[in-house]
Order: sequence, then structure tokens, then C-alpha cells
Amino acid sequence: MQKTFDRRRPRAFPPAQWRRGLWLALPLLLGGCSPQVMVFHPVGPVGRTEERLIIISIVLTAIVVVPVILLLWHIVHRYRDVPGNDAPYRPEFSESRTLEVVWWSIPIVIIAILAVFTTRDTFALTRPPEKSTTPLTVEVTSLDWKWLFQYPGSNIATVNYCYIPTNRPIRFILTSNAPMNSFWVPQLGGQEYTMPGMAMQLWLQADKPGLYYGRGAQFSGKGFAHMTFDVHATSQADFDAWVKNVKTTSPPLTEDGYNQLAHPGLSGKLSYSSYPPNIFHDIIMKEGGMYMKHDRAVLESAK
Amino acid sequence: MSLAHEEVLSTPSSDVPVEYSTEDGALKIFGFWIFLATDLILFACLFTMYQILHINTAGGPTEQELYDVPGFTAETLILLVSSFTCGLATLEMRRGRRSASMGWLVVTVLLGLSFIFLEVREFVDYVNRGATMQRSAFLSSFFTLVGTHGCHVSLGILWMLSILYQLGRRGISAMTARKIFIVGLYWHFLDVVWVFIFTVVYLQGVM
Amino acid sequence: MHLPGYVNNVATPFFVTGDPMIYASDVLIVLTLVAIVFVLTYFKKWGWLWREWITTVDHKKIGIMYLIAALLMLFRGGVDAMLMRTQLALPNMRFLEAEHYDQIFTTHGTIMILFMAMPFIFAMFNIAVPLQIGARDVAFPYLNAISFWLFFFGALLLNLSFVIGGSPDGGWTSYPPLTEWPTDPGPGENFYLLALQISGIGSMATGINFLVTILKMRAPGMTLMRMPMFCWSVVGASILIIFSFPALTVALALLMIDRLFGAHFFTMLQGGNPMMYVNLFWVWGHPEVYIVVLPAFGIFSEVVATFSRKRLFGYASMVASIMAIAVISYLVWLHHFFTMGAGPGVNSFFAISTMSVGIPTGVKVFNWLFTMYQGRIRLKLPMLWAIGFIPNFAIGGATGVMLAVAPGDYQYHNSYFLIAHFHQVLIGGVVYGMLAGMYYWWPKMFGIILNERIGRWAFWVFNIGFYVCFLPQYELGFMGMTRRIYVYPAGMGWTALNLISTIGAYLMGIAFVLIVWQVLYSIRFPERDVTGDPWDGRTLEWSLPSPAPHYNFARIPTVTARDAWWAEKEARRRGEDVQKELRPLEPIHMPNNSGRPFILSVCFFIGGFGLVFEWYWLAILGGLGVMLCLLLRSLETNTDHYIPVEEIRRTEAALGRL
Repeated sequence: MQKTFDRRRPRAFPPAQWRRGLWLALPLLLGGCSPQVMVFHPVGPVGRTEERLIIISIVLTAIVVVPVILLLWHIVHRYRDVPGNDAPYRPEFSESRTLEVVWWSIPIVIIAILAVFTTRDTFALTRPPEKSTTPLTVEVTSLDWKWLFQYPGSNIATVNYCYIPTNRPIRFILTSNAPMNSFWVPQLGGQEYTMPGMAMQLWLQADKPGLYYGRGAQFSGKGFAHMTFDVHATSQADFDAWVKNVKTTSPPLTEDGYNQLAHPGLSGKLSYSSYPPNIFHDIIMKEGGMYMKHDRAVLESAK
Repeated sequence: MSLAHEEVLSTPSSDVPVEYSTEDGALKIFGFWIFLATDLILFACLFTMYQILHINTAGGPTEQELYDVPGFTAETLILLVSSFTCGLATLEMRRGRRSASMGWLVVTVLLGLSFIFLEVREFVDYVNRGATMQRSAFLSSFFTLVGTHGCHVSLGILWMLSILYQLGRRGISAMTARKIFIVGLYWHFLDVVWVFIFTVVYLQGVM
Repeated sequence: MHLPGYVNNVATPFFVTGDPMIYASDVLIVLTLVAIVFVLTYFKKWGWLWREWITTVDHKKIGIMYLIAALLMLFRGGVDAMLMRTQLALPNMRFLEAEHYDQIFTTHGTIMILFMAMPFIFAMFNIAVPLQIGARDVAFPYLNAISFWLFFFGALLLNLSFVIGGSPDGGWTSYPPLTEWPTDPGPGENFYLLALQISGIGSMATGINFLVTILKMRAPGMTLMRMPMFCWSVVGASILIIFSFPALTVALALLMIDRLFGAHFFTMLQGGNPMMYVNLFWVWGHPEVYIVVLPAFGIFSEVVATFSRKRLFGYASMVASIMAIAVISYLVWLHHFFTMGAGPGVNSFFAISTMSVGIPTGVKVFNWLFTMYQGRIRLKLPMLWAIGFIPNFAIGGATGVMLAVAPGDYQYHNSYFLIAHFHQVLIGGVVYGMLAGMYYWWPKMFGIILNERIGRWAFWVFNIGFYVCFLPQYELGFMGMTRRIYVYPAGMGWTALNLISTIGAYLMGIAFVLIVWQVLYSIRFPERDVTGDPWDGRTLEWSLPSPAPHYNFARIPTVTARDAWWAEKEARRRGEDVQKELRPLEPIHMPNNSGRPFILSVCFFIGGFGLVFEWYWLAILGGLGVMLCLLLRSLETNTDHYIPVEEIRRTEAALGRL
């Protein structure tokens, strides 16, 4: 069966593919330096932990990926079926205990190393990033299609923006009074879902004052694309001033006002000097929290 | 498609039961076992749902308030006995005794019907007491889990009737034997599922 | 039911109205239908269509129908993708509104996974498996036809939603409570639930069918460890189908019960628990991605060995890794929602189990590389796609391991990083694999070889387009762009990357057109395969003429080695006498054609349509039709026939095989 030999000159192989990959990767890597690449420009301990782990995982996986692509290039180039190719041809060579042990072991070792780092950080991220400072609790509710922030310490509330003091761990308690969403401030750290009837906890902390981009990350219907919010990180003094300002200049949030907010629609940035007590707690309980020990524990611990 | 034909290539052999005597029959029985595996996973999912939602009563009726011990005990006994009679039908089929096999199948169908009757009565009773599927997540999962089993039993009854008809017309052949055997597998499987419903739903509920 | 704070039911018109795009497609659909009816009538082809295709139980024809359906659905899903990329090309685009965009990404995902990838792998199952194991058909040919028609009418039901009633718009994952009636009224979501349910029954039957076929119907001498690797991958995929699809069935059924009958499984009030849907969905959903990718691995194993003229390296490892992937894939579903508040112990467990999928997968990649090593590599089209797959999957696999790192996932979740990752593995893995399989087995299906030159163009344009489209999306993820947003503002730094990505998507679209052109060109100017073995193949399907006669093997072969056909050719080259041709022919037992699978599926379709619109009389009518079809089948005795020796001899003589 010699008839199907391909007699054309070998084309430079995977080269094209692989070089193209490099070409495209170049602007991406350069782009990595721009502060707009938020995940690689974290401003707090949580985001930094995650960034470090991401870089570790990139390096570890590259140990396999890069040799595989180089090897592919080499093999396809060397063993093309062209006349005059003097490379060895061993059609029955299909077993090698040694080789197979090698490539079962490499990924096992890599995964084992990565597993250690992953487990360490997964546990670390459930604890406050800093132990010495008392944390601030902010209760977050995703609504259709806006974000409500409540500050149980000072009894003020805001919509679509929030202020947090820098260098202080923030305990975000998340829920939803609408279909699920996900609370994500990339520069501070990773996201956590907001779900009806559940109280979820997310620790974040900002080290530098600034205005950070936040958005809903889980599709929740028509207005989802517009569900962004601003996170203002300021010094504790500026934060206290802001609280005082909201307390004195903003209207209170009433039950009716809350129901209006919960009605589907978009909203601008709003501030409230007070809100009905327990509204956050009651909504979680009503929507299923009463059946979940976990919810009660989170709400207890936040008190 | 198998090489062997249902009737043609059947080689009477003492160590192979008649339902396995053709390659086609053996294939179908094996396929049905795998189908039962899928059905088992389906019920496993429904049990999980029930196990998670059974406390979510939303202020509505609870398990203790609803479940009626004599009612579900009767349902259980009836279904267990019907599994036994169904097994007898298979045994008689293997001995080649058509009317005995048919007789036991008829008994099985009657027991199945009385099971369904009791179950429907139980459901109607609950609904009359305000315990509808729409009332709470607990009741949604109760009616769905027990109802899915009930639908399976009802389908099994219709299936047995069709097999009874074929048995009457054609007698015991490799094909009808295979059908009796497979419906038997199905019926025993439903019995096993019911044992779990009895334990997870009813016993756990009234304890 | 009135819940405070939710949009309540709005009357939806039966026919979707109000958009010029919809009207245009209405017109196109009507014109296409008229054209099809006209052509069939003019050429008097209705009888042919019914006898040869609609009623067929022949696995080869069913495979071809799956293939055509998969390509059509690839077109539909691809058009959806183009529309989305057009909308996202620039910031603040006004090409699509939120509602339309939501519908389009929902149908894109649903169609690509369930109505493109699934039928594509089933096409390959049907075309190759019985021929590779030396069988005359699958274990249950009639059930096989039912599977196809259920898939077909499921797909039809979903596509119908485009013009009737409105498309689903809750995402292909369709998480409640968003998809519950109060927040998503109207028939759109019902279409999703019923279409998936109907085609899912078919998929489950296919899984059972092929598992039984492979375990019980192999030719004499073909032990499990002599099977072609593709068959092993089908075993893996079938097991996954059997053990995962019931979870989808339950998830869909419960959501449907919620929507139609007002139950409270996943609602926000009355104790419903939406998390349970998410769990059930991914208990199916994660194995599902291995269901579609394992057969692709199988195809690559066949293609790489054949076009390297070398035995597959590390056969036992390959089998072990398929089975390891199958088992591990049940233990990873939670990685789709690391961010839903599971404790750190649970997250760590699922992170590590997910990463460990990388171990057997990595081993497979090395084995493919060493199959090529010291071989003789011919860069024919199937091989080109197989080689294109390797760097693709290496990168996709690496980003998969990155996503498995739970704290990393907190940042990637729902971002374009995730989108880029799963397109890289699903296109780079599944689509490349299926196209490799299509080119590889095309001669076996149709007796012609697809034009090489156009095929190379298609490959390179697609491959380049692929990287241009998806590499920027990794970066967009790091820049905070989330999936499923229909519009984004300027000034985020996203614009250039989005524009590049859109260009890449269009390149892939052009490549699809080239493939269609390649097929049409090859039909017009065919290069016939007269040997039955155009690639110098290794497995039994290449011992048959192309296309294979409807009974496949005149004599069932006896297998003595792995790569049975290669071994036989080697024996002949050594001049050994091959005795089996001298065995006398025997009558061949074949199943009869039947129109009932088609009618049964029509009844399912009618019932499903009734439930979508809550026309219960129609649903009951459909259900009764289904029961009647089942009963008639049960009572049927005349289900098969014998092909006499004389006819076999005539057929074989005409094929030059006597």
C-alpha cells in the first residue's frame, strides 16, 4: 500500500501555528502590564493571594504545555512521510514502560504541588485577611438589576456604590432578593454568588485608596449588563466623614421604598440615612434561610 | 442486529433458561439491566431532592401530620406480595406452564391495581387536607418522588396486560418468555425502589 | 401567582413578531420548505425519502442523518455566534437589544452542546462502531432509529422557538430562580425544557445501545483489549451517558413541574432551593463535556496511528486514561460553582479532583506524540485536524487546570477567561475531533474522498481564526469582562481585544463556508475511493468496500490481533494464505425497516409542543400516540428478515469482492 504517500515538500510545521500563537500572545503579555488588567493589579491582600496562585498555576502548567508544543513541532517535522527522510521508522514501537512511567509521573507531581498551594489558599481566603483590625461588615443584596449595600454598624444604605475604609478587612455578607447574581470586585479579589435565601460571606480588603470597578458576574436577566457598582476605598477618617454626610443629607429607606427598589429596573446611585431594621435578615429567612444552618451561622457571626 | 433469530436458532439446552435461549433475547435482557441502572440514577436524584427538601414545609403540613401508618403499610405489603407473585409467574414460564404463568401475572396486575388505588386515595386525601404540590417544597418533592414511582407501576400494569394478551395468543416462546422475564425485572426493581420510599419517606417521616 | 417585585405574565404572541430579522428568517424558512417540497415532488423522491431514509434502521444511514443534522446545527449555532460577536465588536453597539442577545447566547450554547456536539459524536458512533467491531448493526437497530428521530424532533422543537413563541433566554445552563415562571414567563423556557427532555431520552437510549453493542457483539477473537481505541472511547462515553443523563432528566422535569404546575422545587419562596438545580444540572453537565470529548480522543487515536503508519503508543495506558477520566468526571461537578459558598474543605476536594483530570489527559497527549514519534506522518486532512488539536488542547487543558484552582476560579468565574477556556477545549477538542472523524470516515460513508486543497484552506483559516477569536478572550477575562453582557462601555480597555475576537469569529465562519464548498465541490468532481481503504487503515472498517453494503460483512471476520485489518494486510504482504475467504456464505439476518420510530417521535414532538403552550389536550394526545406506538411495537412479530445467499453473492460480486 505505497500509493498514498504524500510526495509534496514538507511544509514548515506547527511553526505557523505556534508562531502565530506567540504573535498573538505578545500584545496580550504587554497588555498584562496595563492597569486595566485588573486581576493582575490587585490592591488588597485577597486579590494578591489569588494573583500569586494564578501565576503559580501558569508556571506549573507551562512545564507541560511548552515542551508538548515544542515536541510536537519537532516530531511532525522530523517524521514527515517524504521521500528521502532518513529518520528511523519503527512501526511496531508502541510500548515503553520507562517512558510511560515518566509521563504518568510528571503530571502527578505537578498536580500534587498545585494541590498543596490550592488547599492552603482556599482555607486562608475564608478567614479575615488581617487579624489585628476589627472588620467592617457590609450587607449586600442583589436586586433586579441593582446592588443594595447596607451598613449595619451605622444603619445607612446605598445603591450601586459603596465606601470602604482602607487597611481594614471588610466582611461582605451577600444575598439576593432576585435571581442569583455574583458579587465581583476584581481588583480587591475574587467573587462570590449572591443567592436568594442564602447568606454568603466574602472577605475583601483594600490597601490603597481608590475607585474600584465592581460588577455582577452571574447573568440575571435583561438588565444584567448594567449591573455595575463603584467601590470607593478611602482612609478611615474619610470613610467616617462620608457616613456622617450620608446620615445627615440622605432620606431614609422605608419598607415601601425597599419594595420599589426590588421592582425590576435600573437605578442610579442612591444613598439612605437609615433602613428598616432586620430587612436583610428577614428576606434571607423568608426565602429559605430558615432551613439552613449555614445561613444562621453566618448571620450570627457577623453580629 | 444479532446474528441469531428469535425462534430459529434457539437451541434447547437445559442450562440456559428459555428467555436467554436466543442471542436477541440475551441482548435485550442485558440492555434492560442497563436501562434499570439509568432509572436507578433517576430515582436516586429524586430521593436526594426529597431528603433535602423534606424539612422545607413553608409553614404547611409536615410529614408527621400527613403520613398514615396503616395506609402506607398496606401499600407496602401489597407491593411486596405482588413482587413475589411476579416471580412465581417467571418460574412457571420457565417450566413452560402457560396458564399458571398467566394466572400469577393476573394476580400481580390485580395487586398492582390495588396498590395504585390506595396510592391515589392517599394523594386525594392529602390534597383535600390542603397538602397540595403547590403548598411547599416538601410536598412538591413528596408528590414527585412517590408519584414517579406510581407512574412506573401504572406503566408496568399496562405492560403486563399487553404481555398477557400476547401470552394468550402465542403461548410461551423465546420471545414471550423474554418479555415476561423483563417485565419481572422491572417489577422487582419498582419493589426495591418502594422499599426505599417506605424507609426514607414514610418511616423517616413518622419516626 | 403574584410575587412582589417581579414582572408578571405578559401575553406573548404565538408568532414572534416585531423584528425585521425574524421576518426575514420567516420568509427564508417558508421559501426553503417550499423549495424542498417542490424538489421532492418534481423528482418524485417522496417514496425514496420514506423508504431509504425515514424508515431506515441501518446504522450507516442513521449516522449520515446525524452528520447532516449536526452540520446544520453547527450552522445555526455559528450564526448565533456571529451575531453575538458582531454586537460585541465595539462598545455601546446597538445591533441587538438585551432580549435578543439573551436569547441568542442561550440558543447558541444549547444548540452547540446538545444539538451539534451530541449528534456529531452519535454520527461517528453510528458510522464507525459496528464496522470497527465486525458487527452487522448495533444491538438494537429499531431503538437506534428512535434515538435519532427523538434527537431530530427535539432539535426541531428548540429551533421552532425562533419563530413561534420566542426563544429561551435564561442561558444554556438555565439556572432558576431566573428561569422560574415569575421571572421568565412565556413559552421560551418551556421550549428549552421540553426540547432537551425529548432529545435526552434519545441520547440515553443511544448510550445503552452502544454499550450493549460493544460489550456483546464484537467479532470472534476481538477481545476488549484488541478493540480499536475509538470503540473504547465510545464505551467510556456511553457509560457516562447512562449514569449522567438521568440527572439532567430530573433537573429538567422538576423545573418543568415548577413552571407548569406551580410546584416549589427551585423557587425563591415556599421552601424551594435553587441550589439543587445547579447541583443536578452539573452532575450531568460535567460528565457531558467528557461525553463529547472522549469520542474525539478516540478519533484522534485512530487518526494519529493511521497517518503515522504506526501502532498506537501505550494502548493500555490509553484505555486506563479513558476509564480514569470517566470515573473522575463524576467527582468534579462542584467546580462549576466554587463561588456558591461551599466550605473550604469541599472546595479543596473538588479543586484537586478536577486538577487530577489533567493527569490521564496529559498522558494521552504524550501517547499521541509518541505514536507519531518514529512513524511516517502523512498530513492528510484528518491528520491536519488532529495535529491542530494538540497545541489547542494543551493550552485548553492548562487553562482548565488553572480554573480548577479554586481561589483562582474566584477571579475567572463567569469571566471571558472561562469562555475562552471552554471554547478552546470544546472547539479545539470536540469540533476538531469530529471534523477529523468526518474527513477520515467520509470515504467510508459516501465512497468519495473530500477535496484536499479546499480542505487545507478551510483548516488553516479555521485554525487561525480560532486563535484570533479566543486568545484575546483570556485577556478580557483578566480585565473584568463577564460573560452574557450584551453591551459594554468604552474606556475599559476592552475594545481592541473584542474587535480582534470578532474578526477571528468571522474567519471561523468563512472556514465553515469553505467546508461546505469543499463538500459541494467534491460531490461535483468526485475523487472516488475504489479500494475501500484510502488511508491504508488499520481497523476492520477499511476491510470493507466504500460505502459498505447494508449488511456490512458478508462473512463476520475472525480477529487475531489488535489493528485487525493492518495485521491481515501484513500477513498478505508476507504472502501468508488468508483462509477466511473460503468460508461459505450464509443467509444474513437483518432488521426490517420501520416507520414507527419516526411516528413515535412525531408524537413526542406533538406532546412536547402541547406542554410548551400548556395546551394539555394536545399534550395528552401526543402522550397517547406515544403509548400506542409502544404497544404496536410490543405486539409486532414480523421484525426482521433474512438476506438469501444468492443476493449476498450478487452484491459482493458487484462490489468486486468475490
